[in-house]
Amino acid sequence: MKAETIEKTTYTIPVGPIHPALKEPVMFEFEIDGERIVDADVYLGHVHRTVEWTGMRRNPIQILYLAERICGICSYCHPMSFALAVERIAGIEIPERADYLRVVHAELERICSHVLWAGVAAHEIGFDTVLFLSWQIREKALDLTEYLTGNRVTKGISMIGGVRRDITKRMYPKVNETMEFFKESFEKMRKIFLEDKTFKLRSQQCGVLTKKEALDLCAVGPTTRASGVKKDVRLDQPYFAFGELDFDYVTPDVLTGEVNGDVYDRIIVRLLEVKQSVELIEQCMDRLSGIPEGEIVAEPKIAKLLNQLKKIEGENIGRMEAPRGEVIHYVKMTGQEHPYSWKVRAPTYNNILPWIPMLKGEQIADIPIVAASTDPCMSCTNRVGIVKQGKRTELTKERLHQLSVEKTRRLMQ
Amino acid sequence: MKKELSAEEIIQSFKDTFKKDVMKSRVEHYHVGPKKTEIKQIWMTVNKTAYKDMVKHLMSIDKDAHFAVSSGYDIEDTIDIVHHFSIYHGKRGHELSINLTTPLPKTDPTIDTISDLIPGALIAEREKQEMLGIKVIDIPKDKRVFISDDFPEDMYPWRKDEKNADSMGRNLHDPVKKEVTPKLKPKKKAVKKGGDDE
Repeated sequence: MKAETIEKTTYTIPVGPIHPALKEPVMFEFEIDGERIVDADVYLGHVHRTVEWTGMRRNPIQILYLAERICGICSYCHPMSFALAVERIAGIEIPERADYLRVVHAELERICSHVLWAGVAAHEIGFDTVLFLSWQIREKALDLTEYLTGNRVTKGISMIGGVRRDITKRMYPKVNETMEFFKESFEKMRKIFLEDKTFKLRSQQCGVLTKKEALDLCAVGPTTRASGVKKDVRLDQPYFAFGELDFDYVTPDVLTGEVNGDVYDRIIVRLLEVKQSVELIEQCMDRLSGIPEGEIVAEPKIAKLLNQLKKIEGENIGRMEAPRGEVIHYVKMTGQEHPYSWKVRAPTYNNILPWIPMLKGEQIADIPIVAASTDPCMSCTNRVGIVKQGKRTELTKERLHQLSVEKTRRLMQ
Repeated sequence: MKKELSAEEIIQSFKDTFKKDVMKSRVEHYHVGPKKTEIKQIWMTVNKTAYKDMVKHLMSIDKDAHFAVSSGYDIEDTIDIVHHFSIYHGKRGHELSINLTTPLPKTDPTIDTISDLIPGALIAEREKQEMLGIKVIDIPKDKRVFISDDFPEDMYPWRKDEKNADSMGRNLHDPVKKEVTPKLKPKKKAVKKGGDDE
């Protein structure tokens, strides 16, 4: 090759499919000019587990447990979205108590997810003390999940027509005590994440997604709300008991009076949503105390329910606001034991493309925090490869993380 | 700001604009929550040739129309793609789900891209290509998204006809439709003939 043909001002960094900032394998290809990202591209599918294919060979009750395993954090949203679609096809009426119980579990999941994310974000910029503090708070949420459902991760609480376990009167003190704990912790978290100089330096004006881009790229959840788009399925098209509860859209201007669509705004939205979730759980607990215990599912006999579901025909969608945004499940039943068609759309599916405008113009050291700022539902391991003019070198997880930490330190000097 | 249309008015406006291209339509009503709040969904089966113009029409009703995803399945000679949209978000309880089904004949499973109108639809379009074997005309990036490049061509995981990918599944049990495995015939034992081996 002639010397002049290899002259190049930019080079490409493939990040992933194995990468520290992502909790699930995905691959980025960054075009880099020095330290700046000129262009980015995303490749998916490294952990496609054919969940939909498998589901089309299972009955609806089995699918609930399969859907729980789509995501370890949204292990409640997926089976419930599926249940919502099936309930609408079958015309199943949900008992009043179950509607409020469903909200409690959904909001508890949101607290777990957002606080976990807060810890990951702190870790990505090299602030590990905050990681441990956040996860200490999250531990309380997990303890409560275990107390209410019997499990910490895959909760096994979902059922078509209701939920599987009630929250009885003797459980109320533990729920209230945990909510009080979150309220006390919130102030601490707010101070660290929103007032700390380090956080501000690394997150303000970083990874910006404009309102137009968020709308064009169909972003969902806190990612789109941080860009000023009022979009929240709980409010837009209520389900469960959300229609009866008192709450509003969370956009960053609620707190700061302006919308920048940067990483800082995504932190604001998630933090305020934790507070909002605590309030929603408290409202539900109030209402639950006025509804007699016991009736929590439309049809308690599984065999009878299955027999009913075997005969239903029709199609419908189930939508929920998962911690990361809108989850949508499409189900088509044709009078058989298993669905004829089942399509799952998790929020990250729509939050992948917004990464590209967020990352353009940023520095390599910002990749972890920007990628993590959408709270991608992906698993992580630890290696990054660099291809520089055809010569492949490797950038380890530790090195990329170190770059991010070094940037924080540089800014602090 | 434009006046918000009801579900029935939206269907009527589609029928007025696209006439016979709206083949079937229905509004479904549900009652959610303890107070049984009513929510509505629009379902329309539309001609694939008018699909792109319908998306434009939808965006003229609400410029911020949200595209959630496309689902799909094949049934006899057609592949039905169901496109899930929603409009009027941002106001409590106002959002309407709009589901457009476009049946594509298996002899010509093509549909126009809407990625130029809604860039966020790209991943959904690429997914439908590889999972159902349709062809999205003028798609900006014609690459596989979830399935790896070494997966066989002309084999589509969501299909239920002869082009399905069931043969690619290994070690999977099927509780719904059990396959009957033929019993192996016992091998005939070799009969020793006395004194032959000596």
